[in-house]
Amino acid sequence: MRHFRETLYRWIFTVLAFASLLFLTGIVLTLFRESLPFLVSHDFFDTVFGLYWYPTYDPADFGMLPLITASFVVTLGAMVVCIPVGVGTALFLHELASASQRAVLKPLIEILAGIPSIIYGFFGMIIVAPFIQNLLGVPTGLNAFTASLILGIMATPTVASLAEDALSFVPRSFREASLALGANRWQTLTRVVVPAAGSGISTAIILGIGRAVGETMVVLMVAGGAAVIPDSIFDPVRPMTATIAAEMGETVMGSAHYSAIFTIGLILFFITLAINIVAEIISRRFRLKLGLGR
Amino acid sequence: MQVRNAGCFARIFSCLLFLLVLVPVVSCSDPEARNTLTIKGSTTVLPVVQIGAEVFMDRNPRTDISVQGGGSGVGIASLIDRTTRIATSSREIKAEEIERAKASGVHPYEIVVAMDGIAVIANPSNPTDNLTMEQIRDIYTGKVSNWQELGGPDREIVVISRDTSSGTFEAFEKLALDGLRVRPDALVTASNQVVNTTVAQAPGAIGYLGYGYLSDRVKVVSVDGVRPSGETIRSGRYPLARPLYLYTDGKPAGEAKRYIDFLTQEEGQRLVQEQGFIPVRQGGRLSGQWYEPRGKSRIFSRGKLRGIRPALRVLRSERGGGLKTAGLPFPEQRDRRTA
Repeated sequence: MRHFRETLYRWIFTVLAFASLLFLTGIVLTLFRESLPFLVSHDFFDTVFGLYWYPTYDPADFGMLPLITASFVVTLGAMVVCIPVGVGTALFLHELASASQRAVLKPLIEILAGIPSIIYGFFGMIIVAPFIQNLLGVPTGLNAFTASLILGIMATPTVASLAEDALSFVPRSFREASLALGANRWQTLTRVVVPAAGSGISTAIILGIGRAVGETMVVLMVAGGAAVIPDSIFDPVRPMTATIAAEMGETVMGSAHYSAIFTIGLILFFITLAINIVAEIISRRFRLKLGLGR
Repeated sequence: MQVRNAGCFARIFSCLLFLLVLVPVVSCSDPEARNTLTIKGSTTVLPVVQIGAEVFMDRNPRTDISVQGGGSGVGIASLIDRTTRIATSSREIKAEEIERAKASGVHPYEIVVAMDGIAVIANPSNPTDNLTMEQIRDIYTGKVSNWQELGGPDREIVVISRDTSSGTFEAFEKLALDGLRVRPDALVTASNQVVNTTVAQAPGAIGYLGYGYLSDRVKVVSVDGVRPSGETIRSGRYPLARPLYLYTDGKPAGEAKRYIDFLTQEEGQRLVQEQGFIPVRQGGRLSGQWYEPRGKSRIFSRGKLRGIRPALRVLRSERGGGLKTAGLPFPEQRDRRTA
């Protein structure tokens, strides 16, 4: 009886653990199946490098370059915001903050990470966009710059808490050795601790980027939505996620447009997959370098 | 004391248990068990069918109506795969959707439930009061990019459009742009509400949205000298008017028919008006306007439907030609916005 129960539990948990594999397979298969009609009927390179996105006109244009560019521009902008702020926060928390400051800051950062993205979107659309529009005198505040700013703020908690973890994984002996050799605190930090945690910090940044690439609500509300390759960062853009979210509901199911939207989803999936693989490779190298099993 | 209490609880408990067992039995034995009706589709039509459903359920406590948004395409797709009884749409069903429906044995049946005007709006600081259709087309296709060229101040025009898949966009494109492409750098927003906000914020902005979504924060621009109002939209004098549709599989029957009749007759049409849309008719002579989409009678294999000449088609083809269709005007109806 006891043996039977143990076997049962083992099976239950095995099934639960492999459920995510099942979901992943299902999602990938669906993405492929639904985008296949489009991939078969349209030249992939013409699509990816096409300049015009007019999916509902006749004849339709499915140029995805503006959408892909927009995702890259907005993500790059978000990195410019979230790397200094996120890594800076992590360094402060790790090196300078007193116990009481840590006690306040860490939960606050976690709350920031827990705010639903639609709230960020509202905040961006109602407060930040008009402010930037008046401040810089641009025709509209709904542009790549505002979207980058909001996305950067959103990704900051991810970067900060993961980078802080990476810093705390640096063995105490490294720091002690450095200080014992006469290095001051700044030298210890820049020459020993940060390089040792470097790969961990890179992983944090890459996962932050992953969050920014896949974010939908904020870019839908704040980026402006114009499917053009922007001349400047203050032009409205239309990232891939916003395109999918905005067009999926109204399109004719089974049409070329429907299939094209799934193709965008497939491209997005591969981009985030690549980001995750890179993060994994870097963090593996980090473990080897430190000679830790972690 | 404790024992008595326990007995009391036991009695209450057994009563509850009895009721729990009894209730389903009673409702099962009732021949008029709860009727359920699902309505799915366009977010533009959503407020109308929602309020209609609430009032209808109030009258008919045995009916459960579930109303969902999702978009016109989602609604029609759900009708085709039979997950909804009524699909709502802010655009006409497309030929390829009809093909798909036929392939799966569904025969879409079209009912116009209301008219919606598309209002052209500008920032309140903009002195422009009127634009011709040609000017609107030039703005949206990118031929004109500064208000100065239209007699306004030297300010870049911020063109705000809707997603190319949205019903509002499709209507606007068909009515105002003659199928020409919107300039690619136009801002594209996801909802009527966002158009409002964006136009209110940007001094050089121009946008368009469903008449029911107009707010005080933006300025309505007349089109060809006609201001959108209940009167001008219904009569067809206002050039940017479109119908809102319901689709059912075959001629509506049972609960769906009762609901649609309710919505298309006097009381339902009053609700339509309260939601900021333009009622199609008054009085209970016809339960909605039935007609065949795109005039292809082969769509309907049931053959029972007679092609009642669609009043709206007349309106559309004789746009600007004044009122030609009988039974539409409501003399006593006051337009809230112009009044």
